[in-house]
Amino acid sequence: MSDSDLIVLRNIAKTYRRGEESISIFSDLNLTIPSGDFVAMMGPSGSGKTTLLNLLGGLDRPTSGTILFDGAPIEKLSESQLSAWRAANIGFIFQFYNLMPTMSAARNVELPLLLTSLSPSERKKRVKTALEVVGLDNRAGHKPKELSGGQQQRVAIARAIVADPKLILADEPTGDLDRTTAAEILEMLQLLNRELGKTIVMVTHDPAAAKYARRELHLDKGTFEERLT
Amino acid sequence: MSDLRLILAGLGRKPLRTGLLVFAIFIAFLIYGVLAAFQSSLENAAGPSSSNRLVVANRINFTQPLPLAYASRIQNVEGVADVSYSNWFGGYYREQRNFLLTFAIEPESYTRIYSEYVMPEEQRQAFIANRDSVMVGRTVAEQYGWKLGQQIPLSSNIWRRRDGTFVWPVVIRAIYDGKDANTSTGSVFLHYEYLDEGRSFGNDTVGIVQIVTSDASQNDAVAARVDAQFANSRAETETLSEQAFNAAFIDQQGNIGLIILGVTGAAFVTILLIVGNAMAGAIRERTGEIAVMKTLGFTSNRIGRIVVGETLLLALFGGLLGLGLANLLTNVLSGIPALNQFFGGMRITPQIALSAVGFMAALGFITGAIPAFNAMRVNVIAAFRRI
Ligand SMILES: Nc1ncnc2c1ncn2[C@@H]1O[C@H](COP(=O)(O)OP(=O)(O)OP(=O)(O)O)[C@@H](O)[C@H]1O
Ligand SMILES: [Mg+2]
Repeated sequence: MSDSDLIVLRNIAKTYRRGEESISIFSDLNLTIPSGDFVAMMGPSGSGKTTLLNLLGGLDRPTSGTILFDGAPIEKLSESQLSAWRAANIGFIFQFYNLMPTMSAARNVELPLLLTSLSPSERKKRVKTALEVVGLDNRAGHKPKELSGGQQQRVAIARAIVADPKLILADEPTGDLDRTTAAEILEMLQLLNRELGKTIVMVTHDPAAAKYARRELHLDKGTFEERLT
Repeated sequence: MSDLRLILAGLGRKPLRTGLLVFAIFIAFLIYGVLAAFQSSLENAAGPSSSNRLVVANRINFTQPLPLAYASRIQNVEGVADVSYSNWFGGYYREQRNFLLTFAIEPESYTRIYSEYVMPEEQRQAFIANRDSVMVGRTVAEQYGWKLGQQIPLSSNIWRRRDGTFVWPVVIRAIYDGKDANTSTGSVFLHYEYLDEGRSFGNDTVGIVQIVTSDASQNDAVAARVDAQFANSRAETETLSEQAFNAAFIDQQGNIGLIILGVTGAAFVTILLIVGNAMAGAIRERTGEIAVMKTLGFTSNRIGRIVVGETLLLALFGGLLGLGLANLLTNVLSGIPALNQFFGGMRITPQIALSAVGFMAALGFITGAIPAFNAMRVNVIAAFRRI
C-alpha cells in the first residue's frame, strides 16, 4: 500500500445469519481506494453494495478481514470509538436525505458540529460556508418540508461536508431525484471531489450517474470488476 | 447546552402531544400541591409542636378527662421541666356556626411553654392577671374585628354555667401572632380557673396535661414514668410526643394523609403510564432520526441522555407550573376571611416544594428510562433497511 491510500480492504468476508442458515455476501474481498478518488459502485440488487458502504463507514463490522483507514484498522475500535471516528472522518449522504424534520436547514447542517468542540460562532460560520457551497445559504431557515427533494439533498450534502471529513459515502444519492436535479447533485459531488479533494464512494444503479465518477466498480457475486470511466 | 436544543427539537416534534403531556403533569402537581398544603395547615391547626414537649391524655381516649391533681403530680416526675394543662371548651361566637377553636388553659405556664405564640409582654401579663381574660389569635381577631379591651360573649356548646346559661363573658386582653408563618393563629384561650369555677359539672378535671422534658432524649423515659405512675388508677394515662398527639388529633378528622397519598399516588401512576407510553411511542416514531444521529457519530449514551432530558424537562415544566398555580391558589384561599380559620396556615412550604421537585425528577427519570433504553438500542443498519 502507498501513503496516499485512504482505504484498504483486505480479505473481507461478511456473512449474515438468518436463523439456521448463513448467507455469505463476500468471502474474500480486496479493494484499495486512494485519497482523492471518486468511485461509483454499481451492481445488481442484493449484491452487497450497501453492506460494503456500511463496513466502510464503520456502521457494521466484517466477519473477518481488515479495513485500514489512513493506515489504521477500524474493525477493532469499540462502539463509542467508532462513533467519534465517524464524526471526524466520514460524511454520509442517503437516498432519502434523512434530514431532521423539526430542524431548519442550518440546524441540520450544524448537527455534526455538535460533536466537535467548536464554539457557537465558529459553528455558525462553518454552517454558512457549507450552505454557500451547495448554494442554499438563502434557505438556511427553512424546514425540510419547505424544500424540494433536490434542495433537501443539497442540505444533506452540506451536512456531510461541514465537519470536513476525508471520506464521503453516498448510497444512491440521486435515486429519488429527476434527471436534471440528479445532474446538479452529481456535479456538486464532482466539485467536492475535484476542488476540495474529498474522497467519495457513491453507490448508484444509474450508468449515467456513474459517469461523473473517476472510476466504476461493479460488484457481483462477491467480487469486483473495474471499469475506468 | 447543545443537547438542550436537541431536547427541545424532540419535544417540538409534536407540539400537541407535548402540550397534553405537560397539561397532565401540571394537573397532577396542582392536586399534589393543594392537598399537601391543606394537610400541613391541618397539622398546624392542631397546634404547634416541639421536640421536647409531651402530651398526657386519658388512656381510653383523649376526649376523656384527667383529674386536675395529675398536673402537680406530673410536675414531680423525674425529667419533667415544666407542666401546663388545658381543657377543650367547645367555643363559638354568637351563633353555633361561628365555631372557635377554644381552650381553657392555665395562663401563666401555658404561655411560657408555648413560646410560638408571641405578644407584647404587657398584654401577656394583663391576660394572666385577670380571670375573665381571653387571649385570641390574630387570624380570629381580624375575622371578627375584635379589639383589645373589648368584651365578648363567648359561648360553649359543652359547658353549662351554674346559672344555667352557656354564655361566658370575657374580655380580650391579648392578641397573639405566630412566631413564624407555620404557626396558626386561629385559637382562643381563656382561664381554666374561670371555666372550672363556673361550670356545672366536670369540676377539677382537665383534658390534657402538657409536659416539657428537660431534654428531647428523655422523652421516652419520661413518658414511661408518667404512664407507670398512673397505671391501675381510675384514669390511666397515655403520654405521647406532641407530634404524635397532633397526628392523632388530625386522624379524628379523617385521615388526610392517607387521602393525599391515595389521590396523588393514583395520579402519579396514571401520569407515569401516560407519559411513559407516549414517550415510548415518540421514540419509536423517531427510530429513523435516531439512526441518522448515530450514523453522524452521536453515541448511544448521548442519545439516551437526550431522551431522558426530554422527559425530565416535561416533568419539571408541567410540575413547576402546577406547583406555581397551587401556590397561588393556597394564597388566595388562605386570604379569604371566612375560610381563614381552616385554611389560614395553608401554603406551599419549602418541604412541600422540595418533595414535589423530587417527584418531578423521579417522574422524568422513570418515564425516560425505557424510551431511552430503546433509543440506545436502535440498530443503525436495521433502521435504514426499514426506511
Ligand atoms: N441484517 C441482514 N440479515 C440478513 N441478510 C441481510 C442483512 N442485511 C443484508 N442482508 C442481505 O445481504 C445482501 C446484500 O444486501 P445489500 O443491502 O448490501 O444489497 P445492495 O447491493 O445494497 O442492494 P440494493 O441495490 O437493492 O440496495 C442481500 O441479499 C440482503 O438480503
Ligand atoms: Mg443498497
